[in-house]
Amino acid sequence: MTVEMSQFYQVFFDEAEELLAEKEKLLLAVDVSAPDSEDLNAIFRAAHSIKGGAATFGFTDITEVTHMLESLLDRIRKGEMALTVEHVDAFLAAKDILKMQMDGRRHGTSVDQDAVNSVCQRLQALSQDSTANATPQTSSVEQHAAVAAPIQAPATAVGRSFRIELPEVPQRDVDALAAELGLLGVINQTVLDNKRSVFSLVTSEKLDDIIAICSFVLDPDDLKISEEGPSAAIQEPDPGYGFFEPLKSAVDKKETSAVEMAAAAPAEQQGTDAPVSVEGKPFGRRAADKQPVTQESSSIRVGIEKVDQLINLVGELVITQAMIEQRTGSLDPILHERLLNSVGQLTRNTRDLQEAVMSIRMMPMDYVFSRFPRMVRDLAAKLGKKVEFVTRGAATELDKGLIERIVDPLTHLVRNSVDHGIEMPDARRANGKDEAGKLVLAAAHQGGNIVIEVSDDGGGLHRDRILAKAKQQGLPVSDTMPDSEVWQLIFAPGFSTAEAVTDVSGRGVGMDVVKRNIMAMGGTVEIRSAKGYGTTIAISLPLTLAILDGMSVKVGEEIYILPLGYVIESLQPTSADVKEIAGQGQVVKVRDEYLPLIPLHKIFAIEPRFTEPSQGIVVILESDGKKAALLVDNLVGQQQVVVKNLESNFRKVAGISGATILGDGGVSLILDVAALLRSSRQLNAAPIFS
Amino acid sequence: MSQNAHTQTNAALHEAHAGEAAGNEFLAFTLGNEEYGIDILKVQEIRGYEPVTRIANAPDFIKGVVNLRGIIVPIVDMRIKFDLGEPVYDQFTVVIILNIAGRVMGMVVDSVSDVTTLSPEQIKAAPEMGTTFDTDYLIGLGTLGERMLILVDIDKLMSSAEMGLIEEAAA
Repeated sequence: MTVEMSQFYQVFFDEAEELLAEKEKLLLAVDVSAPDSEDLNAIFRAAHSIKGGAATFGFTDITEVTHMLESLLDRIRKGEMALTVEHVDAFLAAKDILKMQMDGRRHGTSVDQDAVNSVCQRLQALSQDSTANATPQTSSVEQHAAVAAPIQAPATAVGRSFRIELPEVPQRDVDALAAELGLLGVINQTVLDNKRSVFSLVTSEKLDDIIAICSFVLDPDDLKISEEGPSAAIQEPDPGYGFFEPLKSAVDKKETSAVEMAAAAPAEQQGTDAPVSVEGKPFGRRAADKQPVTQESSSIRVGIEKVDQLINLVGELVITQAMIEQRTGSLDPILHERLLNSVGQLTRNTRDLQEAVMSIRMMPMDYVFSRFPRMVRDLAAKLGKKVEFVTRGAATELDKGLIERIVDPLTHLVRNSVDHGIEMPDARRANGKDEAGKLVLAAAHQGGNIVIEVSDDGGGLHRDRILAKAKQQGLPVSDTMPDSEVWQLIFAPGFSTAEAVTDVSGRGVGMDVVKRNIMAMGGTVEIRSAKGYGTTIAISLPLTLAILDGMSVKVGEEIYILPLGYVIESLQPTSADVKEIAGQGQVVKVRDEYLPLIPLHKIFAIEPRFTEPSQGIVVILESDGKKAALLVDNLVGQQQVVVKNLESNFRKVAGISGATILGDGGVSLILDVAALLRSSRQLNAAPIFS
Repeated sequence: MSQNAHTQTNAALHEAHAGEAAGNEFLAFTLGNEEYGIDILKVQEIRGYEPVTRIANAPDFIKGVVNLRGIIVPIVDMRIKFDLGEPVYDQFTVVIILNIAGRVMGMVVDSVSDVTTLSPEQIKAAPEMGTTFDTDYLIGLGTLGERMLILVDIDKLMSSAEMGLIEEAAA
């Protein structure tokens, strides 16, 4: 078993991790006073799926925790007990435990058994509480099921009766199993001399379901199940189908559990005529294996290299299609009408295909952002701070490869903001601020980059303290350094100005790692801070595979792409609007504003068609609040382009942020507008515009 | 991605090759009147010359970049770099696509002749003078009957600061 099973471990871990993340998200979003039953069901399903998977692979520790979690959740979702804040906290704690256990299984990291036990006890305690408080009608599902005395009630004779003989297992497992089976129908438990437990179960569920449930807890091989009672003669025609049944909607379960109390008596009465012994293994194994699959699965896992291959192939296809289009363009449209129609259709389909394929690799930033609310919540609680956490631009899409690598740096920054940035509530009040600090995590596309900002409205960075610390560490600093350089000091290895080292942050490892990680992705980190008003850390990442809205412009024979985000407008100035500034180049007057003119042909040393701005076109660009006019020969058009990294096979080129492939298969370079504007500012050292 | 895959195969081939110790295979090409050889394992493919996209402010010998099945590949003209032969571009112009340290780049040469196997005995140390290439970038001289191949350490040459193809800081 272990040999062929182990190949599925990865799938299980991946799935479980997603489920845990999903669960956490739901838990954090749930409104304790009026929980949405759909959410509760979703949380329950997540726990259930993890349990199923864990049992399949024999991860009993995970199974145990999820089982307790699931039992408690089950009762909450059925309305047997009210959801409280303690529940949510306990569930979150349980989620962490599961994560730890999972990591333990996966990477061999240590598992804190005490923590596991304490969470288990917490869950146990919660379910016990509620058992006591809950209405008598439904109270016995969990605790009492194991010892449930038969209650006299109208016999629901539709059920069949099974005798389930368990192997020797810990009492805890027996209880757990009893509780689980209790959900299917009415259960009665007796203990044999050899310490084995025997359940008799009356249920309308199928035999396979029972085996499937048992296999969560124990090996179905050791299980002896015999069917008793009148309906015993009807064997399942195909036992394999049964396992799709137990995961019926909550409604079904509700019904059975409502019936279970009532139907206890027949279990006792039904005789032993025609017991059918069932070899547990085949059904049980199959049922258990299929467990995760039966969940609604709306995604498949594919290796990233397959996706990349697909993207490349589609890229080829698009170019081929463009070639066909070009060749057919010269044909007589009347003679070749049908061919041209087909080509038109091919064009549309190819474009759709390309778009669809491109979107595979892109993931919304939400994938990263969604893990922070929990962290901020816990951190704030731990530190006694109040933090309002806001995310913006969670739908901004970023390449999956980058998204995964941005998680760690962002985690550091968010932690730092909560720990060092945002002040204690009383300090905030004293400064006339709202008690709750605001932490904003925002993502946006900015030209060829994605900019992710972590900003807080806390105390800001202390310039003096950073300088003092830097001097103490022997870094080369001076008191007259500009702020931006001072802020960069905190990225020096081992640099921390936190007064006290807490377990949250302050050890001085972190910021340098953040910077290194981001540099490794080809990004930059910028800090803006004002004492008393807060700090913003902006990470700017290049988009390796992002799609960019671009405007193509032509200079001489070359076509360049301008990221549309920078473009404000384009116009043809009259010669009167163009003024020469001695030794500083030209400026263009656009609506009472003088903008520096950047002649692209001069910067790139191209032979242009026009050198006179009044003959060519100027494109007004804006970056970092500064505007400039770029002189080009003419505009070609507007199109979405796929940003390709120039540096993967070449070096960085000043003024160029990347490259893209045009419809005809040729390469076009994407202009680095921010750098162009910067360099133009350096050319014209004095600020020209107000 | 395909590029990475290629590197891997190359590496694998390399290992297999080292095991043989029977000699190395070299791709022979000409620049002007001289015949050169490079390790065949560094060669990804051989293509005709197609129009490039010029890169601003790059040295003359860097012709620009082309699209090689979705990958942006820089093209270097060795004839300009080493001032050999006439840099003409027609249907006979040949580009050798190299894969060096995971990077793909193209090299324009006058022509490609064949692939030859040279045993270690056939490879002589390069003299301290004579060729256009700095001796640092030479493996040695290969003799093949009447022919003499100047064996170039293409890895070293292409990664050199002189070529300016790879940023030194980038790593």
